[in-house]
Amino acid sequence: MNVFVFVKRVPDTESKIKINHETKSIIEEGLNFVVNPYDEFAVEEALRIREAKGGQVTVLSVGPEEAKTVLKKCLAMGADEAVLIKDDIGETYDALRTAKIIAQVLKKKYTEYDLLLFGKQSVGADSSQVPSMVAAFLDLPQVNVVTKLAIEGNSGTAHREIEGALEKVSFPLPAVISAQKGLNEPRYETLKGIMGAKKKEIPVINLQDLDLQSEEIAPQMEMVKMESPPTRQTGQIIEDEPNVAAKKLVEFLRQEAKVI
Amino acid sequence: MILVYIEVRDGKIKKSSLEVLSEALRRGEDLGTDTAAALVGHSLDSLAPEALRFGASRVYILENSLLSHYSPSGYTRALLSLAEEIKPEAIFFPATSMGRDLAPRLAAKLGVSLASDCTQTSVKDGKLEVVRPIFAGKAFASFTFKSTPQMASLRPNVFPLGDPVDGQGEIVKKDVVIPEAQVKDKVEEIVRSEGAELDVTEADIIVSGGRGMKGPENFDLLRELISILPHASLGASRSAVDAEWIDHQHQVGQTGKTVSPNLYMAFGISGAIQHLAGMSSSKYIIAVNKDPEAPIFKVADFGIVGDLFQVLPPLKEELKKVLSE
Repeated sequence: MNVFVFVKRVPDTESKIKINHETKSIIEEGLNFVVNPYDEFAVEEALRIREAKGGQVTVLSVGPEEAKTVLKKCLAMGADEAVLIKDDIGETYDALRTAKIIAQVLKKKYTEYDLLLFGKQSVGADSSQVPSMVAAFLDLPQVNVVTKLAIEGNSGTAHREIEGALEKVSFPLPAVISAQKGLNEPRYETLKGIMGAKKKEIPVINLQDLDLQSEEIAPQMEMVKMESPPTRQTGQIIEDEPNVAAKKLVEFLRQEAKVI
Repeated sequence: MILVYIEVRDGKIKKSSLEVLSEALRRGEDLGTDTAAALVGHSLDSLAPEALRFGASRVYILENSLLSHYSPSGYTRALLSLAEEIKPEAIFFPATSMGRDLAPRLAAKLGVSLASDCTQTSVKDGKLEVVRPIFAGKAFASFTFKSTPQMASLRPNVFPLGDPVDGQGEIVKKDVVIPEAQVKDKVEEIVRSEGAELDVTEADIIVSGGRGMKGPENFDLLRELISILPHASLGASRSAVDAEWIDHQHQVGQTGKTVSPNLYMAFGISGAIQHLAGMSSSKYIIAVNKDPEAPIFKVADFGIVGDLFQVLPPLKEELKKVLSE
C-alpha cells in the first residue's frame, strides 16, 4: 500500500487568537505551532496500514519553510518520507487553492498511490474542504469524518460520523479519506524516531516546479474583515443553597431567557 | 437565481435545509433574484411541495435509482449538470455532515471557492458577503467572492425559518444520467448510535458535562434533564471525552463541535479556551461549578457556584414542575 498523508502546521488549540486588523490576519508571534490534531489521526492510520499490509507512508505539507517542523514530527512518528510543498503566501482561508496545489503535486510527481489521507479539517481555517476538493480534482471516491477504516484488497469500507449516527461507506481504491477523532490513538514519537527524523532530509517542491500559473491558484474568496468574537457580559452569579439556587435558575430560564 | 441544496434524511427534508432556503430568499430579495431548491435522490415527489411552501420559486428533483443512498461523487454529478445548465448566481448548502461533504466537491468541479459553515450573510453592492467563524469561533472572518457561482454552506440552528407561503412555484423533474461506475462512494448502511437521538449541532438546548461529573455513570443525571427539556441534546467537554466517560460525538469545542444553541447548560465544566470557543455563540449560557474562579462563569448569563450533584436533583424537580404547567 502506497499511502500519502497531508498535514498542516497550525497554532495549538490552547492559543489565544489575536488579530492584526490591518493585514486581516492573526498575529503569529508567540503562538505555538503543532501538527493539526486531526492530521495526527491520519498519520497514525497510515502507519497502522503499513504495519498490517506493508508499503510506504509519505507525508506532505503545503506551507512555509517552518512547516518542516511538523513534517519532522511525522517522520519521528514513523513516516518513511516527508516532502514540503513550499507556499509562502500565508493563510488564505481558501481551500480551493490548497486542493489545486495538492492535486497538481499528485498528477505531476506522485502518480502511484492507493490512499490519500487527511485530517477532517484544520483547526483554524475550519473549512473541511480540501479532502473533498482533491477527490473531485482527481475523480476519486471520498469518505470524510471517518472513525473506522478497513482496507481489503482493492477496496475499503469506512464509518463516517453524521448527526447522531454513522454511515457505512464502501469505495474502491485509490480513495480520499479524512480522519475524525476516535479513528485511533496517535502514537508518541520514539527517541530513535526523533534521532532518525533529525538526520532525514526533507525535499522541497516549489510551486514553479508544478507548472501552475499563479492566476490558476489565486484565491477566489477575498477576506474583507477579520474580527474577534463579541465579548460576553458576565451575568448573574449566585452562591445560594441548592434548592434556592435551582429555583432561581428556573426562574431565570423562564422569565428572562424565555427558553422554557 | 440562488440555488439551495435540500438535504433529505429518512425520507424527510431536514429543518436546517429549510433554514438555508429561508435565508436564500432574504438574500434573493436583496439581489433581485429568485430562489430554487434542488433535491437529489430517488422517489422524492412527495417532498417538493414542502420546498415550495418555504418559498422556492422552482424545485428541481434530480432522480436516479443509483442515488437512493447518499454518494458524494454521485450527488455531485447530479448537481453539477444542473448548475451548468441553470447557471445560478449563488449556491447555498446546509453546513450539516452531508452539506460539508458534498459542497466542496461540487465547488471544485465548478472551479470556485466555497465559504464553509457561515453564520451571517448579506448583500453589498450587488454581491454576497458572508461571515464565518474561524479557529472554532475565536475569530470571525468576512468574505466576498471573486467568481460565480458564489458558494456558501450555512450553519444549522442559526438562521431563522421564514413563514410558510402559499407555494405557487413550479416543480421540474430531471432524470440524472449517470453511469454506475461514476457512483464511487456509496453509503451501504446507516448505523444509529445508541442514545444519540439528537445531535448537539441540531439541538435547541444542550446540557453538557465536564470533569466535574466525576464518572461516566453520572452523565445519566444529565440525560434525565434532557428527557424533560424540549429538543435537548447531551454535550461534553474534551476532558470528559478523553477520560472515556462519553463518546466523542458529544464533544463541544475546538476538537469537537462548534454549537450555537438557544441554551447551553454547563455542569462541572471549567471552561478551557478550546471549549469556550466552541459554545460562546450560544444565546444563553448557564454554568454550575464548584470553583467560583472557573472561566466558564465569565461567559455565563447565569451561574451557580456550588456542588452540581446537590443542584441537579432540585433543578430537575423544579423544571418538571414548571414544564408541566
